[in-house]
Amino acid sequence: MNSILNVNGKAVKIEFTPEEHLLFTLRKAGFTEVKSGCKEGECGACIVLLNGKPVNSCLMFTASVCEDDTLLTVKGIGDLHEPHVIQEAFVDCGAVQCGFCTPGIVLATYALLQENPHPTEDEATKAMDGNLCRCTGYVKIVEAVMLAAKRLQKK
Amino acid sequence: MKKYTTVGKPEKKVDALSLATGSAKYVDDFEIKNALYCKLAYSPHAYAEILDIDDSKARAVEGVVDVLHYKNVKQILHTSAGQGFPEPSPYDCLIFDTTMRFVGDRVAMIVAEDRKTAHMAAKMLEVKYKVMEPLLDAEKAMDPDSPKLHDASHAYPIGAKYEPEKNLAAEVDIAFGDIKKGEEEADFVIDETYNAHYGQHCAIEPHSVKTMFDEQGRLVIISSTQVPFHVRRIVAQAIDYPLSKIRVIKPRIGGGFGSKQEVFLEPLASLVTLRHKRPARLVISRAEVFQNSRTRHPIRVRLRTGVKNTGEITFLEMDSLLNSGAYGSHALTVLSNCGSKVLPLFNKIENMHFLGRSVYTNLPVGGAYRGYGATQGYFALNQHLDMITRRLELDLPEYIKKYHIQVGETSGVFEALGEGKDGVPQVVNSCKLDECIDICVKEIDWYNKYNKKITNGDKVRGVGLAVSMQGSAIPLVDMAAAYMKMNEDGSFNMNIGATDIGTGSDTILAQIAAEALDIPLSKIIVYSSDTDRTPFDVGAYASSTTYLSGRAVKKCALKVKDQILGVAAEMMDAKLEDLFTENSVVYDKRQKISKSYGEICCYALYDHNQFQIQAEASEIVEQSPPPFMCQAAEVEVDTKTGQVKVLEFVSAVDCGQAINPQLAEGQVEGATVNGIAYAMTEEYIFSAKGNLLNKGFKSYKIPTAADIPKMKSFVVESHEDSGPYGAKSVSEIGINGPMPAIANAIYDAVGVRMVGAPFTPEKVYRAMQKQKT
Repeated sequence: MNSILNVNGKAVKIEFTPEEHLLFTLRKAGFTEVKSGCKEGECGACIVLLNGKPVNSCLMFTASVCEDDTLLTVKGIGDLHEPHVIQEAFVDCGAVQCGFCTPGIVLATYALLQENPHPTEDEATKAMDGNLCRCTGYVKIVEAVMLAAKRLQKK
Repeated sequence: MKKYTTVGKPEKKVDALSLATGSAKYVDDFEIKNALYCKLAYSPHAYAEILDIDDSKARAVEGVVDVLHYKNVKQILHTSAGQGFPEPSPYDCLIFDTTMRFVGDRVAMIVAEDRKTAHMAAKMLEVKYKVMEPLLDAEKAMDPDSPKLHDASHAYPIGAKYEPEKNLAAEVDIAFGDIKKGEEEADFVIDETYNAHYGQHCAIEPHSVKTMFDEQGRLVIISSTQVPFHVRRIVAQAIDYPLSKIRVIKPRIGGGFGSKQEVFLEPLASLVTLRHKRPARLVISRAEVFQNSRTRHPIRVRLRTGVKNTGEITFLEMDSLLNSGAYGSHALTVLSNCGSKVLPLFNKIENMHFLGRSVYTNLPVGGAYRGYGATQGYFALNQHLDMITRRLELDLPEYIKKYHIQVGETSGVFEALGEGKDGVPQVVNSCKLDECIDICVKEIDWYNKYNKKITNGDKVRGVGLAVSMQGSAIPLVDMAAAYMKMNEDGSFNMNIGATDIGTGSDTILAQIAAEALDIPLSKIIVYSSDTDRTPFDVGAYASSTTYLSGRAVKKCALKVKDQILGVAAEMMDAKLEDLFTENSVVYDKRQKISKSYGEICCYALYDHNQFQIQAEASEIVEQSPPPFMCQAAEVEVDTKTGQVKVLEFVSAVDCGQAINPQLAEGQVEGATVNGIAYAMTEEYIFSAKGNLLNKGFKSYKIPTAADIPKMKSFVVESHEDSGPYGAKSVSEIGINGPMPAIANAIYDAVGVRMVGAPFTPEKVYRAMQKQKT
């Protein structure tokens, strides 16, 4: 099957099979920043934003994504040269250890702060409930979310 | 204390931004065209003999390129344990064997053009088994009528004790003093048996490997490994291929915790590339990580102590039975560490006996896991200390302070118990355990909560405490090396064998180099873990990198600095003793002139007596200075349901000088949460036939941010003279305390002794019911 996906604001031509999941389509198309951790929708490493909402791309059929839908990966919110405030906050707080879960968690944070720019620590914690991190113990991740929220408010 | 410029500062991790923006590459992110897809097929039986494999139907599937199994792969005994050479693990496995020793032992590997084809073909494989009665109970492994899982052709390359006719994969037996005398002196004896259970590392990146030929026909292995140099050596051995033709590259790694110290996929993918002259990709699934990779060894620890009414321990006997699973990877060294990292902490005990046995069973294979036996041993010891002090109505924190090892002291255990051989005698040079205990006591509000049983309806609160030590590298065994060269702008390339698996070692080693050279961190360009381009390092294990690799880096940087000063002296016609450095500039205090590092390098490269300012350095260590830690938990137990909630958890560590306090805290927090989860939810559940039933995050629960208690972590001020800028290790120790601290807290709340974990509502409830009757 063929289609066009709108990823990070660009139209991307893709080929896929009917039973293919979005995670694999995206990685095949070069979006390797979308990580594969468990393929059962538990770890959140594969999270992308579909029309602004976080989804586990390992569970979503590529065929179910329309050409009108917008997809955002972690590279879509900021890159090495122009990082997003959230990405910088994660770096500054020491919230990145191995980094494998980071793209998914950064995107979950992005979605949270779009919806709720002033989250309490409790709300931030709950918003991360779909992401597993085995390195950090989450303390610095929650700090990073709060710092990002604070910095975004100032902007 | 000397003020440092870079050391001790929370410098940003050098790779963090590339990770947070998704540009950093892990193994599976390397686009390698035309790669063959590899899929392993596994034994459904815990114990069986393969009578025959018929792969004709699988091979007939369009797109299947090869099927590897015992009939077509050379059988070379080796160990998958990625340790130094010769390994302190038995050579007891083949790439493909005919004996299947656990559910998930590998039968064959399908090699196909794509994923779908490989998975389909795996189902077409016809295997005839002779199914046998499995051995699933470690306690029965040494019984005369138990099946013998390995034969006499298997042995240690180091000649350690190994008796396959008893399923004995390893044995350690050390004693000093006189147990009998200790028994006579004791006023009472406490004898209890504790069970530390299976656990899975759960690095979020599954084990991954890609192999290919480079343009000169050398085999390149890109692997998610903690031990690139051991991978090169073990692959060369296991597939009988020249080491010189192998290059191992470690890119960014998505966590390891010991799981990626195991060399079990690289030989397979390498074989495919050699056979088909094509790249290969082998990435295992989450279920395979649970079942087929490696685990924490379960250890049953029986602890017997004789105690005087004063509290003095007159003897200690530790009898550890380690379930090694189907193979003996790390069976000897994890077992040894159950004693060697635990018993020296209470060095006043004059009469001691440690008997450890590792046995084979038809269950998943153990391996290296953060804590490495110490976690299992401390589960026993810390509960034992709680029992002693409760019985004598002594204050646990003060009791520990009175009896733990102090600066200037030693323990006979250091010398008696090493890594597969005798240990190395050592004296403790730094120990701030008392400070750590004080912090935990204060932060958990010990004296207002201990023994108070604060009750709210059905819920009762309790507090518990645990202490531990670990090591910093394996003395006189581990080696690390570094290479540095200087560039025209005063920057430096630093090539190191040390293996950053997410721990931040690239960063802290660069900080050490920057400190030695008196330059900002940004002037160091780090390149690590490439067997062609970096010098040797044993890799990321044994809490070695900061201490051992850090010393190599410091030594190397100081050699470079000597050359810089030499050139500067020549340029300024100055005497060496008049020179000093500050922030990338060499000053001559007599003439009051200076040269920048950039000018010095340009002079050396282009001007006069040209040469490359560069150096290499290797280090081994004579001691393994232990970091120390205290951890305390407050729990709330629902007496109606047995549900335990950890309300607060405090950790305080003495890791010497923290090179980067933010990263050190991160290590403590990560290890602590891992330890809490091991205590509370994580367990392997098996069917009656030895089949692992919970092979995924849905049923093997590790915490999310919403599950963690209130956490406080402290890195106390400390300095280890033998460490680079005073540093010791920090990565493993934090996982040792949570399970015993929580167990002690549960006892404090409801008076039941939890000798087995995880502390599920069911287990705690049953324990409370049992106590009532």
